Amino acid sequence: MSIWEYANPKKFSETAARILPVVAPLSALTLLVGLIWGFFFTPDDYKQGATVKIIYLHVPSAMMAINAWGMMLVTSLVWLIRRHHVSALAARAAAPIGLAFTLIALVTGALWGQPMWGTWWAWDPRLTSFLILALFYLGYIALWQAVENPDTAADLTSVLCIVGSVFALLSRYAVNFWNQGLHQGASLSLDKEENVSDVFWLPLLVCIAGFILLFVSLVLLRTVTEIRLRRLAVIEARERVE
Amino acid sequence: MIALLVRDLRLAIRAGGGFGLGLAFFLLVAVLVPLGVGPEGGLLAKIAPGILWVGALLACLLSLDRIFALDFEDGSLDLLATAPIPLEGVVAIKALAHWLVTGLPLTLVAPLLGVLLNLPLTGHGWLVLSLFLGTPALSVIGAFGAALTVGLKRGGLLLSLLVLPLYVPTLIFGAEVVKRGAAGLSVEAPLLLMSAITLGSAAALPFAAAAALRINLR
Repeated sequence: MSIWEYANPKKFSETAARILPVVAPLSALTLLVGLIWGFFFTPDDYKQGATVKIIYLHVPSAMMAINAWGMMLVTSLVWLIRRHHVSALAARAAAPIGLAFTLIALVTGALWGQPMWGTWWAWDPRLTSFLILALFYLGYIALWQAVENPDTAADLTSVLCIVGSVFALLSRYAVNFWNQGLHQGASLSLDKEENVSDVFWLPLLVCIAGFILLFVSLVLLRTVTEIRLRRLAVIEARERVE
Repeated sequence: MIALLVRDLRLAIRAGGGFGLGLAFFLLVAVLVPLGVGPEGGLLAKIAPGILWVGALLACLLSLDRIFALDFEDGSLDLLATAPIPLEGVVAIKALAHWLVTGLPLTLVAPLLGVLLNLPLTGHGWLVLSLFLGTPALSVIGAFGAALTVGLKRGGLLLSLLVLPLYVPTLIFGAEVVKRGAAGLSVEAPLLLMSAITLGSAAALPFAAAAALRINLR
């Protein structure tokens, strides 16, 4: 029993079909609980008022936007090294989700920034590097779309993902150097002293769990869809020959 | 490899296009910006470093697809791939040729445009130095992007989308060098970081670009 068994598209689809009915409702439930708890049953912050509650969308989506790229990097490496098609398709499936999370983080950040900082947008290091991350996602998706041969597309996007990771990190530190920011430090850390206060902390954790589950179920769903699309293309090609 | 370099340079100069076009574009940017934002000297001096770097970057972008596209179409890229020199070397030479016909001329005319944009005199030396050290990175990164998109019919726009985010660190450090230089501050940190990006990408990206070319030639 090794993890590579799931590189078999059939096995992967079957397992996904078994996991999905559990994970998807679980993610909906966790998100519902976390968001309702966060929105309605936590006190307003004494400085920020009700706007503090945007944290329940902003922080988890920002975390997942970065983690999604990390997952794409891993699956791209697996594709390049072991040539498992499912892996490449999973990377392809994750990209639009990652882009969506990036955009959610940017939009909720802007909505929060308007009343708090007095501006929708500032060229702050974190904001700028998220904008650049969105551009990386766009380029990656566009490259997938543009190349016709699926194997070539998988190879090229994997190379782009690896090089992009290095430059995304570089940009992160470059913008840090360029402008000291408005954005506050991390909301969560293992060092308990630095965390946001307990009332906000627990629902936030629930929301993060919900976003992780959401990401997992969306990636599974989209990967299975990609596998089916690939199969459909093969069937159509075969019919055309016959 | 030297023969390849000479061939590429000769093609670029005799066939026209890329060589003059980038320079003309750079000139146009430097002329149009004052027309757009107004002739106020202080403002121009303030934005000159950024404008000149963005202009150089866009001018560089303009000719990127020519690095491999023509050779790909007439089949000479296949010959180069099977030639006894490694494909990584071919990529590096082609990036060097691209830099010699775009980055280097841009560097040389930049002080002239700096005068047009009212860049303080102290900044001119740093402008030339930063472009001299930074534009090679633009060419190498561009060669990687061109290698990724070489087989595509409408690769041009995609190429810009792929390459622009990769250009961000170089642009930030390059413009920062000129800005600090013009203000008489210490430029050591951004200059060293920018040189590190140039050296690092010149060392690593030819391998990635060659991998992408092999995939596209398969």
